[in-house]
Parts: sequence; structure tokens; C-alpha cells
Amino acid sequence: MKKKVLTVDDSRTIRNMLLVTLNNAGFETIQAEDGVEGLEVLEECNPDVIVTDINMPRLDGFGFIEGVRRNDKYRAVPILVLTTESDAEKKNRARQAGATGWIVKPFDPAKLIDAIERVTA
Amino acid sequence: MDMNEIKEIFFQECEEQLAELESGLLKLNDGDRDPETVNAVFRAVHSIKGGAGAFGLDDLVSFAHVFETTLDCVRSNKLEPTQDVLKVMLKSADVLADLVSASRDGGGVDEGRSRGLVKELEALARGELPTGGAAEAPKPAAPKPAPAPAAAAPAAPAPTDESGFQPVPFSFDDEEETIVPSVYEVTFKPRRELYAKGNEAALLLRDLTRVGEMSINCDTETLPHFDKMDPEGAYFSWKISVKTEKGEQDIRSVFEFAEWDCDLDVKLAETTDEELPMVPVPFDLSALDDDSASEEDAAEDAASIQAAAAEAVAAAETATNVSKMAAAASRVEKKESQAAAAAAAAAANAANAANSAGQTIRVDLDRVDRLINLVGELVINQAMLSQSVIENDTTGTSSINMGLEELQQLTREIQDSVMAIRAQPVKPVFQRMSRIVREVADMVGKSIRLVTEGENTEVDKTVIDKLAEPLTHMIRNAVDHGIESPEKREAAGKNPEGTVKLTAKHRSGRIVIELVDDGAGINREKVRQKAIDNDLIPADANLSDEEIDNLIFMPGFSTADKISDISGRGVGMDVVKRSIQALGGRISISSRPGLGSTFTMSLPLTLAVLDGMVVTVAGQTLVVPLTAIVETLQPEASSIHSFGANQRLISIRNSFCPLVDVGRILNFRGTQANPVEGVALLVESEGGGQRALMVDAIQGQRQVVIKSLEANYTHVPGIAAATILGDGRVALILDVDAVVAASRGQSLKQESSLKSDMSLAAAG
Repeated sequence: MKKKVLTVDDSRTIRNMLLVTLNNAGFETIQAEDGVEGLEVLEECNPDVIVTDINMPRLDGFGFIEGVRRNDKYRAVPILVLTTESDAEKKNRARQAGATGWIVKPFDPAKLIDAIERVTA
Repeated sequence: MDMNEIKEIFFQECEEQLAELESGLLKLNDGDRDPETVNAVFRAVHSIKGGAGAFGLDDLVSFAHVFETTLDCVRSNKLEPTQDVLKVMLKSADVLADLVSASRDGGGVDEGRSRGLVKELEALARGELPTGGAAEAPKPAAPKPAPAPAAAAPAAPAPTDESGFQPVPFSFDDEEETIVPSVYEVTFKPRRELYAKGNEAALLLRDLTRVGEMSINCDTETLPHFDKMDPEGAYFSWKISVKTEKGEQDIRSVFEFAEWDCDLDVKLAETTDEELPMVPVPFDLSALDDDSASEEDAAEDAASIQAAAAEAVAAAETATNVSKMAAAASRVEKKESQAAAAAAAAAANAANAANSAGQTIRVDLDRVDRLINLVGELVINQAMLSQSVIENDTTGTSSINMGLEELQQLTREIQDSVMAIRAQPVKPVFQRMSRIVREVADMVGKSIRLVTEGENTEVDKTVIDKLAEPLTHMIRNAVDHGIESPEKREAAGKNPEGTVKLTAKHRSGRIVIELVDDGAGINREKVRQKAIDNDLIPADANLSDEEIDNLIFMPGFSTADKISDISGRGVGMDVVKRSIQALGGRISISSRPGLGSTFTMSLPLTLAVLDGMVVTVAGQTLVVPLTAIVETLQPEASSIHSFGANQRLISIRNSFCPLVDVGRILNFRGTQANPVEGVALLVESEGGGQRALMVDAIQGQRQVVIKSLEANYTHVPGIAAATILGDGRVALILDVDAVVAASRGQSLKQESSLKSDMSLAAAG
């Protein structure tokens, strides 16, 4: 069965890149544009792994991760943070919110797939 | 979708982000301190940087990075966004826009300018923030603990600074073949947070197999009795021996995501030559690959949980299953309140509905245009149908007529809705203008503020696209020539900061764009003298103030004493006027000395349909754009006056107005018709004056679909376009301004002779 990935990113460019990369790698991809939509979509799509951006309108990545971790059904889903923030402080905040791992932009398809493979069975 | 398409999307998105950035900065400039505004500005730069990084647009990334860093200081309240700060930021936004276009279209940017701004931005980030250097510091140092020397000398203890060891440049290529694998001992004890964050010991161990050959030993001593077990607790720890040619860093990087949530110890094994003391435990990865198998195992494992603990990999597997059981348990709990769930679902639906209100889709412009064209045909067809029903239906069956009326209304509505698809707010064009004001003001050393109003006014996309150029030129003019220098302004008792105001509004089916400056106004004496010097008007011409003001629209006119870099690019206001006219628009100027000038442009909302007056001229049916017509009247013989050889004037309410026979101008007939037998349409010519166009009869008022003559035939002087009437016949749409201009020179072929035109105006 295809693994299902939920991506949350407000940038159309990055969303398209994620979509192409993930589809090419044989994943099923569901996309949301910000944290609020991400939490809405989460309920319906039951993802195996979540990839999220940090800087987003309405609800940012930190809030989104916390929201997922508070959800009894989905709190154990691995969450990868996809962001240009490479500094330790942001990483740490993401971890405190409950992120499983991170992928440092610039976007690199190989790194993305590798990180997803690492956190999913 | 390939990368090129995504890149295209990226540049589209950049445009949006740049607009967002600029409007956010302008809001901040106006004193808006809403954190969301700052966030939006930050996000815009951040997004551009993110996308640019993916495409390897390094110049863009590095500039965006510096910009972002400074914005982050604003975001975290370390830097107060004062006017001075925002000035730098607005300039940076301009440079960012330049970098985006340079990345898209090739070409260079003003490197000196961007370097200067980088310095300014960095200074801002530092200036307000003593420890700002940290925020600016290069990325966390790349892993440099020199794994290579360690690998080359496996027996040696890890080098330390105290030992005086100096890392030596080392080439992998030469030595790779001779690297001796070393053995590392890894102790890994996860804490419960590790699992809570979605990490998984078994997966980490699986990853470790990529580093090298390994044997695993699982310590299960801390596992409590089943009764006392926290289903989400972490009880196991692992000791792993890894035989690898890679270094400690590679092992640690496996645990990169988990290092905060586990105790991890990695060290070189003391003895590398001896066999490992532990019995290697096979690491069965197939269990991880097959979901259903592990589910089946779950019950078994749970039952024999303590027995299973003996085997390391199975133990890891159990940890997985334990958390799965916990999840299942919590699912059961969740079922307790179905009503609450239903209510939540309803709320979610409501939220969805609210969201969908602002949703948009992107559609190829061609598709919209095809639809518009088809709707145009529909309108024509409907008109033809109505007409033939009216002609053939002598009994006047009311149900058919009512149906037709409804059809007419529906087609009209469809047409309006379709037109609305193409309608766009003028905002993007207005936003571009603020940059131009900034740049030009900077160049000429003036301080000028652009105020925009009504930027959400919508107009057809074609109109917007074609509006940018004339507007840019006018703004440059206003800043360069209109507004005085700060010293002069102060001397005149004005605010040294000049204001240029750009407004858009809808007025009777047209969009009216006004450009108002509070500068010196038009120097009429100078303009008049210039026109005389340039041989545009006779020296003795007697012109009204309005007419003098309008002289600036004449070809070959330029008031600036010396051609300046900014507005004097060989393009005069005549070009502006022509481009506005090409859009079916009009432009006029009014000016008050010392107080400033106002340019008013009136443009059609769409270039696809037009409300017209259908008239008959010499047996031909013509359409006169309704917007051009001021009034219609039936001339009386007593009000017609001859003037010159073959000119005639009509007196309307005690003022004289040149009478223009449309049939004569268009060469429909050889001699002038008798004005008393026709109808006069009083039209406004853009020169400010009025003309009375003579036609034979008025048929009625109708909305017509514009069909380009150029596209289907060729340009015809005096004719703007064509349309198809209800009876299926083609009717020509009159180009009023061209006809008026031609009436001055009595020929459509050549450009109107301006001299005679102005002398006529002077005499009249």
C-alpha cells in the first residue's frame, strides 16, 4: 500500500515541489495550505507521516504540531518540519512542540525522501 | 508537472509575495503595528527565499536572507520600524523585486545598490541589538570533527585540543581504499518523549544498519511487571556494536532527530581486533516493511510480552505495538460522546463554508477570453432572435415576448458575470507606482508621499495591463516637474514633503483615475511661450487657461528646460494621451497655479462591449460610443452659422460649437448634408472643447459587442471597431476623437494640422 503523506505549506511553489517529489517517489500526497487547514484535513486523510512548514499564516507550524500531538488519534504520527530555519532555536521549538525530525531547506528531493523513510516503517 | 513549470509558479508566487511585502511595509510606514502585518511581511520574504533556495538562485537567497534577518528583528520587537528603517526596507523590497526579475528574465541588477542595502540592513539588525551578531552569524558550523583522521588511525584515542592535535587537510579519494573499518560502541536509551514525538527506536536501529555491520544487545532489565507498565513508557535500552568505515558523526547523525530524547553514547571500542563479546542478534527488517504481519504479531507479542523481551529486535517491535495498543485504547474512549463529535463536525463544516467564501481558482486567460467571445456571440444571437420574432410576429404573442425579454435579461447578466471574471483590482498597478515615486523622488532629491485611494476598484485586465505605462510616465512627470523642491515648497509656505495622490473610482460605467499633485501647477506663461517657440500655436493665439493646460498633450511639446534623466526620455504627454485614447479613454488636466495639477483619466471598464447610440449616416448604420456623447439635439436653421469657406458653427445656449458632418468626414457623401434635416450629437473632444457631430437619424441605444476591425480586416481611419447588430448586419463603431481630429484638418488620412486647429480654437 502507498504511504500517505500530509504536507502543510503556504507556498505554492513548495507545495508543488512536494507533490511532484512525493508522487514520483510513490507516496500518496495530501496537501494543506496552513496549520488550520492541516488540522482539518488530518481528520479525513489519516496520514502515515506529516511534512510541515513553520512560517504560515493563520496557524504556524509550531501550533500545528501541537495540535496534532494533542489529537488522541494522530499524536503518534511522525512529523517532519520542512523549513529554512536551520538555527538551533527554531529546531528546538519545533521539537518541543513535538516534531519528530526536520528537513533543512533548500528543498532537496533526496533529503526529503530519505527523512520520510527514516521515520516511517 | 516538471521543474520548469514549478519555477514558473515560483515566479508568479514571487510577484504576489512582493506585492504583499510592499503593501505590508507601506502599512507599517503608516503606523500600523499589528503583529500580523509584520508577520505577513516576514513570511513574504521568507517564502521567496525558500523557493529561491530550491532553484539555486543564490543571489536572491542571500539578499532575502539578510532582509529576513532584519525583518526578524522587527518581528521580535528588537528593532522599532521607524520611518527611516522602513525607508531602507522599502528600498530593499525594490531590490528584491529586481533580483526576482533578474532571476526570471536574465539581466543584471544594480549590484552597488544591493550591496549598499545589504550593509544598511545588517547595520539595522546590529544597531538596535547588541548581540545582533549572533543572529547574523553564519549557519551553525558544519560538522567538522574530522572523522577521517579518526578512521585512518583507529587505535588512537579521539584527538583533543589539549593533545595539540591539528587537523590535517585530508583527501578521501587517495585513502579510501586503505581505510580500516573501526568498531564503535553505541549505547542508546530512549526516553518516553522519543516515542511521544513520533520517533521509533526500531526505525532508528534500522537506520543504523546503513552505517555498517552491527550487532545489537537489548537491555530489558528496567521493564516492570505488566501490571505496573506504563503503555507509553520507555523501558528498553540498547547496546550496539557497529563496525564501520565511517566516523562517529555518521553514527550520531542517525540519531539526529532523537538526540534530545535519549541517552546516547558513541565511542570507539577499546579492542578492535578481537571478536565482539556479544552474540549478534539478527535485525529483522521485514517486520517493518510488512504492516499486516506486524499487526498479527501484536496479539502474540502482547501475550508473551516478557518472553519476547529476551530478543532485542522483537523488543523494539513490542515498543511499537505497545504504543499502538495505547492508541487503540484512546480510540475507544473517544467514542463516548457521539453527539459532541457530531456537533464538532457541524462546526467544522461551517468553518469550511466560511473558508470557501474566499477561495479562488486560477484559470488560463485564454479560456476566459473564449468564454467572453462566445457570450458575445450569444448576445448578438439573442438580439437577432428578438428582432426576427418582432418582425414576424404580428399577433404579438405575449408569452413569446415575455420569454424573449427574460432571455435578454439573462444574456445581459451572463455577459456581466463573464466580464467580471476578467475584472481585476487596479491595486497591482498602483503598488508599482509607489516604487516609482520613491525612486524618482530619491533621484531628484525631493521628499514625496504617494497616497492611493480606491485601489480595489476593478477594471478589465487588458485595461490594467495597458494602464501601467502611461501612468508610470505621468507619475514620473508629477514627481519630476509637478512637485517643487523642498526648499521652494518651504519658501512657498507648503509642507516640504510633497503629496501625489492616485485615486480610482467607478463613475457611470467607466473607471476614472485621478492623479493629483500638490505642486506648483502648470506655469501657463511658460507653456504658452514654449508652444509658440516650438511653432505649435501662432504667437497671437488667444487661448483659455484650459486650452493652455492642454497644450502639454501636443506632440513635440516639452516644458522642462533641460531634458532630465527621469521624465525626459523623448516621450511626451502626447504619447500618454495616445495610449489612453487607444484604450477608449480620455484624459484631461486641470491646474491651479501654486496649488498643483490634476490629471483625470476616464477609461472603459471593458474593451469587449460598449454602450452605443445606433445612428444612420448616408444610409449606413453606425454606432457612436455613448460615453462620448454629451447631449443630442435637433438643430434649427437659425442656430447654424457659416464660418470660413466650408465650416459651420452651431450656437448652443449662447456658445458656438463647430459642426462636423460625419457622412462627409467618412466620405459617405461628397457634399455636406443639410444640418436641419439631421440630428446633432454634441460630443466632448479631449482637447476640452465640444463638437457637434451631424448624423441623419438616431435609431436607438444598444449595448454592442466589439469586434476588432484590425484583427478581421484592417484599420480604417475614423472607425474604432465594428459590431454585429440584431438584424445580423455589420455596423461600424465611430472613433469620435479621430473624426473630430479629422474635422480640423478635413481629412482622415493625415494627422490633423495642429496649427489650423489651434487657430480655429483661438478664433472660436
